[in-house]
Amino acid sequence: MRDARGDIRHLPGLRLWLSGGWLLLLVLAAIFAPMLSPHDPLEQDLFAARLPPFWEQDADPAYLLGTDSLGRDLLSRMLYGARLALTVALVAGTLTCLVGATLGLIAGYYRGWADLVISRLVDIWMAFPPVLFAILLIAVLGTGLTSIIIAIVVIDWTRFSRVVRAEAMSQGAMDYVASAQVAGRSRFGIALAEILPNVLPTIVALLTLEMGIAVIVEAILSFVNLSISTDEPTWGGMIAEGRTSIYQAWWVLVFPLFALFLTVLSFSQLGEGLKEYFDPVLR
Amino acid sequence: MQIVRALLTRLATTLVTLLGAAIIVFVVIRVVPGNPIAMMLPPGATDADIERLKTLYGLDKSIPEQFWIWIVNVAQGDFGTSITLRQPVFDLVIGRLPATLELSLIALVIAVLIGGTAALTATLYRDTKIEGGIDVAGGVALSLPDFLWGLALILVLGVLWPLFHISGRVSPSLGFDFHSNFFLLEALLRLRFDVVFDLLGHMLLPALALAIPLAAIILQLLKQSLKECMHDDYITLARTKGYSETSIITRDALPNAILPTLTLIGVQFTFLIGGTVIIERLFSYEGLGNMAIDAVINRDLPLIQGIVLVFALLFTLVNLLVDMTYAALNPRLRHA
Repeated sequence: MRDARGDIRHLPGLRLWLSGGWLLLLVLAAIFAPMLSPHDPLEQDLFAARLPPFWEQDADPAYLLGTDSLGRDLLSRMLYGARLALTVALVAGTLTCLVGATLGLIAGYYRGWADLVISRLVDIWMAFPPVLFAILLIAVLGTGLTSIIIAIVVIDWTRFSRVVRAEAMSQGAMDYVASAQVAGRSRFGIALAEILPNVLPTIVALLTLEMGIAVIVEAILSFVNLSISTDEPTWGGMIAEGRTSIYQAWWVLVFPLFALFLTVLSFSQLGEGLKEYFDPVLR
Repeated sequence: MQIVRALLTRLATTLVTLLGAAIIVFVVIRVVPGNPIAMMLPPGATDADIERLKTLYGLDKSIPEQFWIWIVNVAQGDFGTSITLRQPVFDLVIGRLPATLELSLIALVIAVLIGGTAALTATLYRDTKIEGGIDVAGGVALSLPDFLWGLALILVLGVLWPLFHISGRVSPSLGFDFHSNFFLLEALLRLRFDVVFDLLGHMLLPALALAIPLAAIILQLLKQSLKECMHDDYITLARTKGYSETSIITRDALPNAILPTLTLIGVQFTFLIGGTVIIERLFSYEGLGNMAIDAVINRDLPLIQGIVLVFALLFTLVNLLVDMTYAALNPRLRHA
């Protein structure tokens, strides 16, 4: 038994450490961005435009990762970009989780007409391409951080409600719920004290996954220039700029893309790792 | 009789979903922003302009009345006129739809080929390093969305080794005169294989970006089902008859294991179509999604509305089709 347990735990442990490590680094970078950034992320210097990263021949050591076509320092922009990415990940991810999980819990445990309405809404939501829905919402709400967060919550709550509903339904059929009912607990009390704790591991795993998705949605919105104000440094905005100058300056695309890759991968691996960690069968 | 009733119920829910989708679009576009006219007009429009537009779009009436007028028009295929392109929205959408459909279908084929091959290979070499490698690759493929795969493909196969085109749908230098908007199908039917190759060269990277996450999903589920099948009696029987392992997996296990994967592919196909919105943008591919983003940036409300509704229709139809195919393929459901 012991040996098998060691084998299974080995890989998730490594995954948790690696992904957690990168995310911690990112949080520190975001918090200390003003101190770490060698330049003002908005400062333009057309004489220093499209400088390559430090290991290339024409590099300027003052710009470690090079500059974009307006001569803005890529490293500084990436550090500041991490602030928006993480803010969106944490706030939008948590809010989406709260809304979606609550609705899923209601639908799955209370059933009846509430379930009918919520399930129909999920069906309707599934009829829209999420990216298009998000862009449409931003067009209507206007750009800005609040709009991005609202858009993410509105498009993605179904991800939580679908899974939590199914879990709550199967938990609701368990003996311990029946015995709590016999013991005279209220339905609301059972939902909070019995069902929720058992669904929580799933919710936590989904939450980290959702944070990665939120980062992507924000990057996509900045990529099409519908995120926050256009000057503000965002990874998606940098990627859009890099896409247009890809043949002249590949590094403008590569660095923010790399950061985005690692961040999204870390969030999803953290989610997978946590799921295995919490899962009593695997544990 | 049972099947007819099930069909009718399914059709009814489809209609409810479509009506719901229409209401959401209506609410988002007409009610939330407060004054849609302000969004439709250029800055500096006079009050008379505003009044004229209001009457034109029936905005001087009550909200339920507005919805009725709107839904009747939509049901007749009248989506209004695009503000920026000054053409009927219906024609614009129909003109772009084939490009998106061709891209989605090519992506689906690629996903099935990659995912299916990977699952069969992993089953053939189960419990070896090869299976482990395929699992890891599948895990990474699944963790990252199509947008990131698209960017990675642009860098690697578009710039580092420029093997494929990274923007557009067809090279204008070919000077090929298309009579329809189904470019790939038309080039195939007219036996112009140079054009077919050019089209595929443009489509491959965006299609691959869309296909990678789906291929990973197919791999995981199909591998799981195959693994379960491999313990069944008929596999043991085939083995005693002396068939090769490859033949056992493809001819005996696969047909029995494929049904759950087929259903999943159907559901996931709508996600893939949804991904075309940003992937078309990334690859400057002239499809519906790319037009949608332009419409949003230009605040072309009639066009946005038309595109969103067409996507909703497409998604619900795909889902309906999947359910029906599933019912037709699964004998247990057919006789129930």
